[in-house]
Amino acid sequence: MYTNGYIFRYAAIMVIIAAALLSTAAMLLKPFQERNVAIDKMGGILASAKIPDVNATNAIKLFNEYVKEEIVVNQDGEVVESYLAKDGKMQEGKAFSIDMKKELYKKSKGEPYELPLYVIDKDGKTIYIIPFRGVGLWGPIWGNMALNDDLNTIVGVTFGHKGETPGLGAEIIADFFTKQFVGKKIFDDDNQFKSITVVKGGVQKLPENLRIHGVDAISGGTITCNGVNDMLEDVLRSYLPYLQKNR
Amino acid sequence: MSAEIKEREPLFSAKNMKLIKNPINISNPITVQVLGICSALAVTAKLMPAIVLSISVIVVMAAANVIISLLRDGIPPRIRIIVQLVVIASLVILVDQVLKAFVYDVSKQLSVFVGLIITNCIIMGRLEAFAMSNKPWPAFLDGIGNALGYGIILVVIAFFRELLGSGTIFDFQVIPQAFYEFGYQNNGLMILPPMALITVGVIIWVQRYYTRDLIEKN
Repeated sequence: MYTNGYIFRYAAIMVIIAAALLSTAAMLLKPFQERNVAIDKMGGILASAKIPDVNATNAIKLFNEYVKEEIVVNQDGEVVESYLAKDGKMQEGKAFSIDMKKELYKKSKGEPYELPLYVIDKDGKTIYIIPFRGVGLWGPIWGNMALNDDLNTIVGVTFGHKGETPGLGAEIIADFFTKQFVGKKIFDDDNQFKSITVVKGGVQKLPENLRIHGVDAISGGTITCNGVNDMLEDVLRSYLPYLQKNR
Repeated sequence: MSAEIKEREPLFSAKNMKLIKNPINISNPITVQVLGICSALAVTAKLMPAIVLSISVIVVMAAANVIISLLRDGIPPRIRIIVQLVVIASLVILVDQVLKAFVYDVSKQLSVFVGLIITNCIIMGRLEAFAMSNKPWPAFLDGIGNALGYGIILVVIAFFRELLGSGTIFDFQVIPQAFYEFGYQNNGLMILPPMALITVGVIIWVQRYYTRDLIEKN
């Protein structure tokens, strides 16, 4: 009853219809999705600096209100570009459009790279925000770290992830995890770079003098926590030339 | 003759209602057929993702059942599994894209699990066992029924796991702070998959206690 010709025709037509349907949907929905991603990025940057009441509807407005400068720094810690509020909308600056993944890939291959840095003015206090990008268990993880003007003490952090396990690795975005970072330092008293370590079993396991550079890991989320660890170390190292020059 | 009777059959006849009621209890996909266990373990650590996933499964399952049922006479048997997969995969991608565009927060929470609806064996099971040989309306009801049966179990598991594992419901703390001060601790095991399996076991036990028909005679 069903000839080979029929089966081939059936399969071909079915696949073409499915493809047409999906690409149409993807094209129509893309502007909405990109807007959501941009708003999410702004929200993360603002939230890491502890700007209160940031949500999807006011993120763009608050972002333009608080961010006073967007800096692009290169591998030698030099400022390549500085984008100020008077130059236009903050979400249109070069720094905001930098793809961290590509730049970190360049870095891993030893090529020159350029990374974004956001400067926020919060009630007269200057806060520097470093965006992060790394790998978790199932996919990419990212985040933002807000540093005081000493470029050492952490004001706050936020994390995000594409597909970590809900209830386990995905808890890196939860308050109880991120609030541990507040007040921790990325350099020690001798100005040596220490990064921040996520410690399995708890910070208490560390020697006393290192506890200021560590936070507790999440049980059940070890691989995601290791990913956070590597991401913090790797990205902070990429900014190290700039941080050391400007401290 | 039978065709004549079927045409007169009301939309919500007793037979059709059974298609919805049975999967919720006596032929429940999770507790009786033991299908779809993987996602029941994976997304039930919190209530919210479990609910959104259940709704997504209801949408995908009802639509897939109707589409396959409409196509059932034209689908060549030799590639029927491929056809079913294409239909499910397309629907799941659509759901995922729509979630990303309009409820970004929820989509962020669900992350990979929307994509994993494709691998949910209940959906393909129903397409193969029911939609391939039934009319669209019964197929639609069957899809809704089975997805509901799946969703209800998911929500029940997620309720207990979130309550006992995190002390919260919908991320609101429900266990009073005073309890913690007296030494109460959240059960860390509840948020790990093994306890989900044990919870499923307990649900099966309770269900069999109340629904004696399910107990095997020997």
